[in-house]
Amino acid sequence: MKPVKALRTRGGLSVRLDARAALVVTLLVAAALAASVALIGTGDYPMSFADVLRTLTGGGTAAQEFIVHDLRLPRVLVALLVGAALALAGAVFQSVSRNPLGSPDVIGLAQGSTAGALLVIVLFQGGTTAVAAGSVGGGILSGAAIYALAWKKGVHGYRFVLVGIAMAAILTAVIGYLLTKANLTDAARATTWMVGSLNGRDWDQVWPLAAACTVLVPLVLGHSRSLRMLEMGDDAAYALGVPVERTRLVTMAAAVLLTSAATAAAGPIAFVALAAPQLARRLTRSTGPNLTAAACTGATLLVTADWASQQLFGADRLPVGALTGMLGGCYLLGLLYTERRGGRI
Amino acid sequence: MSRLSAESVTLAYDGRVIAEDLSVAVPDHSFTVIVGPNACGKSTLLRALSRMLKPAAGSVLLDGAAIGSYPAKKVARTLGLLPQSSVAPDGITVADLVARGRHPHQGLLRQWSPEDERVVEESMTATGVAALADRYVDELSGGQRQRVWIAMALAQRTPLLLLDEPTTYLDIQHQIEILDLCAELHETQGRTLVAVLHDLNHAARYATHLIAMRDGKVVAEGAPADIVTAPLVEEVFGLRCQVIDDPQTGTPLVVPAARRPRDAAPAGATGSTAAAARPAGPPSA
Repeated sequence: MKPVKALRTRGGLSVRLDARAALVVTLLVAAALAASVALIGTGDYPMSFADVLRTLTGGGTAAQEFIVHDLRLPRVLVALLVGAALALAGAVFQSVSRNPLGSPDVIGLAQGSTAGALLVIVLFQGGTTAVAAGSVGGGILSGAAIYALAWKKGVHGYRFVLVGIAMAAILTAVIGYLLTKANLTDAARATTWMVGSLNGRDWDQVWPLAAACTVLVPLVLGHSRSLRMLEMGDDAAYALGVPVERTRLVTMAAAVLLTSAATAAAGPIAFVALAAPQLARRLTRSTGPNLTAAACTGATLLVTADWASQQLFGADRLPVGALTGMLGGCYLLGLLYTERRGGRI
Repeated sequence: MSRLSAESVTLAYDGRVIAEDLSVAVPDHSFTVIVGPNACGKSTLLRALSRMLKPAAGSVLLDGAAIGSYPAKKVARTLGLLPQSSVAPDGITVADLVARGRHPHQGLLRQWSPEDERVVEESMTATGVAALADRYVDELSGGQRQRVWIAMALAQRTPLLLLDEPTTYLDIQHQIEILDLCAELHETQGRTLVAVLHDLNHAARYATHLIAMRDGKVVAEGAPADIVTAPLVEEVFGLRCQVIDDPQTGTPLVVPAARRPRDAAPAGATGSTAAAARPAGPPSA
């Protein structure tokens, strides 16, 4: 039998250890860091790997310092945090709904954030901060609405996803209406926001997002054992002493906030939340939500996608949301195909 | 003595009352089986006893206090439940699933103790699934899978174990296998078992304490040999029958009445059943 590995101390403390998952997480972190350095070196003023590392550690010229610290480092940090936050939220939604389609893009959260942001752009011509606030507000409101509508003796998988899809349809209609109401300048601004992009992100986007992650990521990770038990069904989990409804409410609220914070910083970047948890699961080959691996996969995916879009299409030409959308669409088709072959839909 | 009891509970789903003023005590160290026709409230009673359903009135007592007043994890160390609807997560191995039964004994900093390891191995041995430890649960047959779920419930190490129709969807040989296993766990480990069963003959054969329900009320309660009689079966299930001694175990065996006597029936068989037929008496509870 496959031995369960655990680290144990003399005092009776023990921590479970999955060697493969640990290796996967280590490799993903390494890949994310390498892609980050490459991304910092990419742009109108290219820098070598060594130059970037030297500048990051404080040994660059004044020009390099400016480019790295003021222009490109915040963009990379936003990419890492947005990727991790979206992937973690996606892992929570997929686990709670027991459905690989349970992701913020599918269940209407992204549309809620977009509607909130567009409301601010079109009706109030608000600035960047106001738009971010509108996006957070829209995300939280749509999250609360989905929970309220899907709640009947606990949120259940298919009902949750179906209510979310209905919600997404309604909100898409609202978005369409707002776009037709807008004048040309606002409409251009709104459509750019809607694609999701990392262009021109600075420290103003990094700090609120970092603060949200500092609180929410440990909160979600602390519930990972309960989430794992929940996947066996409410009754089985409750019989094993998991506070079912509280776990679900806390983790979903945290996931809504993570999605909203990420969307406020970078716009609704498509499909990272949908694909990253599933990819992480296949990489670690373990059951359960694999939260840490999912977050690392999301961060790696987004930084790599941003780097790739700059390499392929030139600096700041193609917003990263368009690339993740295309890749993610193909991934979704593949997922639906295998699910159908597996007889699940 | 009884660690687990329901004291005049009213059980309802969404305002639809299933049972009113129902009182049941599970005798300690018994193998209690609840029987009754469909929709008599037997599964609902089991859900209430396992705190899955909160009574609309009255209370379920565990060790003298309302079961809802304990933290979820504390109850889970005293009372285990094998629900009817459990989902084995995709791609989980037998050993991993059984290990999940240790959850109520674990914490953030105590995730896998040597005792967890020992108990999981013992539970798999007791249920005969140790050889399957590395197999994926989705690959197993229905009977094997049910053994794995029972192993998981055993790994929880609770003095009380509740089983909701553990033999449903199983072939007859697996039904008997699972019930033999339950009887063995009851006898060798001294646990209190409470099961809901569909088959009255299985219930009469394995239970040490039988609770017969109809329309949300307990009609009779006691040792199967004392209470299973033709009038009781007719009252509870509306079935005309003859009750004879099980030739293997001596426990009551319910034989439904024939639509009309068959001409071709072997004479020896009819003779022996008639000789062993029990006198029909009123239910004793």
